[in-house]
Amino acid sequence: MSHRGPLLRQGYRVGLALLLPLVLAIGWELAVDSGAAPGRLLPPPSRIGATLWDLARSGDLRLHVEATLVRVGLGFLFGAVAGIVAGALVATVPLLRWLVDPSLQALRAVPSLAWVPLFILWFGILETPKVLLIAVGVFFPVYVAVSGAIASVDRKLIEVGRIFRLSRLALARRILLPAVLPATLVGLRTGLGLGFLFVVAAELMGASEGLGYLLVDGQQFSKPDQIVAAIIAFALVGKLADMVLVSLTLPLTRWQDTVRDRL
Amino acid sequence: MTAAQPGRDAEPAEVPRLEPNAPVVRRIAQQETPVLIVNDLSKTYADGTEALAGIDLKVRQGEIVALIGGSGCGKTTLLRLIAGLDQASRGAVQVDGETIRGPHPAVGVVFQEPRLLPWLDVAGNVGFGLADLRRAERRARVAAALERVGLAEQSHRWPRDLSGGQQQRVAIARAFVAGPRVLLLDEPFSALDAFTRKGLHEQLLDLWAEAKPTILIVTHDVGEAVTLADRVVVMRPRPGRLDETVAVEVARPRAPAAAGYEEAVRRVLAALDRSLRPVETRRDLTPEGRANWW
Ligand SMILES: Nc1ncnc2c1ncn2[C@@H]1O[C@H](COP(=O)(O)OP(=O)(O)OP(=O)(O)O)[C@@H](O)[C@H]1O
Ligand SMILES: [Mg+2]
Repeated sequence: MSHRGPLLRQGYRVGLALLLPLVLAIGWELAVDSGAAPGRLLPPPSRIGATLWDLARSGDLRLHVEATLVRVGLGFLFGAVAGIVAGALVATVPLLRWLVDPSLQALRAVPSLAWVPLFILWFGILETPKVLLIAVGVFFPVYVAVSGAIASVDRKLIEVGRIFRLSRLALARRILLPAVLPATLVGLRTGLGLGFLFVVAAELMGASEGLGYLLVDGQQFSKPDQIVAAIIAFALVGKLADMVLVSLTLPLTRWQDTVRDRL
Repeated sequence: MTAAQPGRDAEPAEVPRLEPNAPVVRRIAQQETPVLIVNDLSKTYADGTEALAGIDLKVRQGEIVALIGGSGCGKTTLLRLIAGLDQASRGAVQVDGETIRGPHPAVGVVFQEPRLLPWLDVAGNVGFGLADLRRAERRARVAAALERVGLAEQSHRWPRDLSGGQQQRVAIARAFVAGPRVLLLDEPFSALDAFTRKGLHEQLLDLWAEAKPTILIVTHDVGEAVTLADRVVVMRPRPGRLDETVAVEVARPRAPAAAGYEEAVRRVLAALDRSLRPVETRRDLTPEGRANWW
């Protein structure tokens, strides 16, 4: 084992990870093919593949993926920025902490989907409530991660900064920032995951495009292959977005054992 | 604790006491203006703990002073006040004639734990305090310091990949590289095994020999104090005060076999032993517990 190159070992692990879905897919394909199972409610992989291919070739898939990505992207951006700013302020200004944090914690306890009716009442059913819902979903994990990380920065390391007489700004940049980065990244990843969760909810509540729309459409017109195709697209896009986020921030947290090993 | 066991033949009465006219005292008092002056320094914490009461101490340029004393007698508190990390309740600290009001550029600190920044590699940690220097110069100074502590090969490793002794060497290099006039070390080797500690003593003295900063080192280890220090100052607790001072006049480099080494160890042990007795029984102390001779 130990003689194998890291690339080879990674390939081996990816192969293992793909084994189970592949076996299941082939099994199902054969089962439907031989007539042992009806393919009406759960179409065989070949049909799903064909549907995906059609969607991709007609350009529809791109349209839907783009619509979904724009919503998640905007919601993530707003939610993450708000979460970082609020978390940093609450962690560094005691007055704000006592003033704001209890209310935010109470709001956090509200399941985000409970906001949907209110948002629709306030903002209609177009893009605003969708982006807002996603932003709310992203906000809380980021806020909790950032405020918690800043609050738990090792006072002993801060003292090292004081000994070298760093200005407040330098202290923030050279000690606080790197210290909270790993936890912030974890919060951002959680937030992004929730963003994809909520974009489905947002698109289910009414949309004319987006992967969530494909789901609704598939249900209304009894097209299970389209539903599964949309689910697969969701999985791929979500995983891809997470990978992009991680690879963008990986150089910043390479010093950390845990982050590195988890990937 | 070693301090509680008097040496076999260290009867207090036989131990030479430091009198005001003893050579070392005269030298300290007269030679040059001290680099570090601690004047009537006192600290009472917010919870009412009287950690230090009226500390007076002068340390001259290039001198190495060891602070020794039982747990809780205020050694860390004293160092933190000198470092400007905490505020004194009374009294003052001067470094090079400047009153300490916060961390001072001429004062370096090595804490009991290495306190390395985990997101910087070894070289980054050593150069942490040199951000104002040009890159090339910073690199050169860091490389020289790492060479000194025998970590030149490790300069690109992460702190977590180093042993405890290596981490503490990085911390020492980080403090030295900034070129302090006064270096404060709070039990820097207490977490290390005796063998590693011995090597670090040598490296510390090696670094010290270059620019001869004034060193104030807290230790629980009498052997360490006698190996490193020109003067061992014993503290007594509740409230923390300075007690006796033992001058160590053993030629460097020192080893336990060196002439006078054993004797110095005995004297420090005896002084430590006396520091644990009640003030009332001590004729050499004023009623407030200050050393009479100072
Ligand atoms: N932040 C604090 N608040 C209240 N009391 C404190 C604080 N820091 C230290 N003390 C008290 O002050 C006294 C001196 O503490 P200090 O840490 O200076 O002792 P020390 O000589 O360094 O002990 P040790 O050898 O165990 O490190 C102790 O009684 C301790 O409990
Ligand atoms: Mg201490």
